[in-house]
Amino acid sequence: MLNPISIAFKKAKQENRPALLTYTVAGDSSKKQSLRILKSISKNADILELGVPHNTPVADGSQIQTSAYRAIKNGIKVNDIFKIVKDFKKFDKNKPVILMGYYNMIFQYGENKFLNKCKLSGVNGLIIVDLPWPENKNFAKKCKKKSIYFIQLLSPTTTKIRLKKIIKDSHPMNYFISMLSTTGGKLKVSPNDILKNYSKIKRIDPKKEIVIGFGITEKTIGKLRPADGLVVGSAICKEISRSLKHRQNPVTNVSKLVKKLKSKIL
Amino acid sequence: MKLKKGIPVIDQGNKLGFWGGKFGGNFVPETLKKPIEDLEVLFNKLKKDKKFIQERDKYFKNWIGVPTRFIKLENLSRHVGGAQIWSKVVSDANGGAHKVYNATVHCLLAKRSGKKVIIGDTGAGYAGKMLSMAAKKFGLKCKIFMGAKDIARQQPNVKAMKKNGAEVVPVYSGSQTLVDAVSECMRFWVANCDTTAMCVGSTVGPAVFVRICGWSTSQISRELKVQLIDEFGSIPKKLKLYNCVGGGSSSFGFWNEFMDYDKKQCEFIGIEAGGPAKSKKHAAPLTYGSKIGILHGAAQYVNQNSDGQIEETESISAGLDYPGISPLHCFLKDTKRARYTAASDEQALEAYKLVTRFEKLRPSLEPSHAFAVAISESKKLSKDTIVVVNSCGDAYKDRGILEKRLGKKYVKSN
Repeated sequence: MLNPISIAFKKAKQENRPALLTYTVAGDSSKKQSLRILKSISKNADILELGVPHNTPVADGSQIQTSAYRAIKNGIKVNDIFKIVKDFKKFDKNKPVILMGYYNMIFQYGENKFLNKCKLSGVNGLIIVDLPWPENKNFAKKCKKKSIYFIQLLSPTTTKIRLKKIIKDSHPMNYFISMLSTTGGKLKVSPNDILKNYSKIKRIDPKKEIVIGFGITEKTIGKLRPADGLVVGSAICKEISRSLKHRQNPVTNVSKLVKKLKSKIL
Repeated sequence: MKLKKGIPVIDQGNKLGFWGGKFGGNFVPETLKKPIEDLEVLFNKLKKDKKFIQERDKYFKNWIGVPTRFIKLENLSRHVGGAQIWSKVVSDANGGAHKVYNATVHCLLAKRSGKKVIIGDTGAGYAGKMLSMAAKKFGLKCKIFMGAKDIARQQPNVKAMKKNGAEVVPVYSGSQTLVDAVSECMRFWVANCDTTAMCVGSTVGPAVFVRICGWSTSQISRELKVQLIDEFGSIPKKLKLYNCVGGGSSSFGFWNEFMDYDKKQCEFIGIEAGGPAKSKKHAAPLTYGSKIGILHGAAQYVNQNSDGQIEETESISAGLDYPGISPLHCFLKDTKRARYTAASDEQALEAYKLVTRFEKLRPSLEPSHAFAVAISESKKLSKDTIVVVNSCGDAYKDRGILEKRLGKKYVKSN
């Protein structure tokens, strides 16, 4: 059976648009709210990234940090995250879910045990921010055996030789970091330049799906339409924080935001 | 796991940067792979380059003022009544602590790589102070990341950084101490690695930073070896080297040249921060058997919960207040080359009182931890045992804390 992630890309292509990937932190603002948010955005998002919150995130900007600290403060544990995914899949079993996090969380849980739980709860892909290639070779192989995509990150600093090697080893989906930044930074490179870099990467192996992430908001998403997929994370986390601050319902607000994002790429 | 003889410990890691196959490595975001590789290539080349070594030695001698003193603490030894207690007064170095060696080397590397800005983290403020000093000396712009809690408790060093023209960036996330400062500094590097050089303030972080720092602080043991031979004619038969361990840069540098000696002749004792006696929190992952985990790009023993969240630490000494520990020390622990123990806040304060009562020496709260254990163990040791404590920092920065905890006389009389 084809991984639902690949099906999602196919479907978006048929509609002649990029796939929309959303990122929310598991357990933000609480376990229940987090599940409600997933359910409410799944109509408009093609792939759901769910962050595994960590308290020393070296690649995340302030928005995602705030969400992560909030989730941890509200008691989220790794097992709760699997529970959220499982419950969500009962609601929408074909919607692909990707977990994104830092390696220590997996290392402490145990790689094999973690992957088994991923399989059982319905996780379709993994992004591990601080487990780059070639360090991730072994773990990526384990993922493959479980039919879970291990998603490689590619950056503007990745050299051409390295790009080729990573893509050769990669699974069907990769993630291009738009610019030198932590998550949620202001887009400091023009969308055109990002797309130029994207095309260079795409040319190495056109069959691999490449999504672009970091710094994408309502304002910029439309300009990056040619990509296979676009990830919005910090803007959503920011919306959750904003809603809480104004005592509004984050579920409806985030749902509205995702709908708007979708409308920009149709 | 085995320590090899004849090869510097910093070069004993495998291809992926792991010591003993499991400590260290490069758990970094993809964006940092290239700048880290560039730094590795540069460092590997320059550390074999005679001209670069000469340049380093020139600045060490003329600017840092090496060698630092090696003195006998006669009165303290008499009072304790056991081993002979000596001190390597590394706080003599320009700026008042060992952090100046690593800062200088990083600035020299930054110059060679054409970078105009250098960033760094700091806990006690010494790493930041020294980096700001060196950056000024070498004409680099400097930005220092420091936890808000540390900014409040280490004001003299904050003032020094600002005076040197550095921008001090307060970090409000997490526990607002060193661990958060290092994270924030790494984040800044992720976003600016094309124009900016990063200096990690201790023997922590991705493997190349561990190596550069260890290489730099090893100046301490190079000097000590010469000084011991000058004093005793040869390396003493019973030598014990006591050093506090936070990230582990001063202790590694204090021991490096003695690595190949049998530990029966030359024993290494690392003293971690045990925190307040009444608190369960500590900054002593080696002493209290913390599990191996990943922090700031490296696998190491680290205080964490069962889920892998890094735990908050607590210590009176900002410089030791770090949940992890250098991969080098994890390696030295597991190969049993070094022994690790902890001293509490209160023990460190008592040791500070005792040392300053008997000697014209003013160790900061970090080395006071080492003095606490050295003094208590020396009582039971024979007169021909040579105990050396690295007094790696000066207490000037701790004035506020010392005055609050011990009263004015301990600040003024020294």
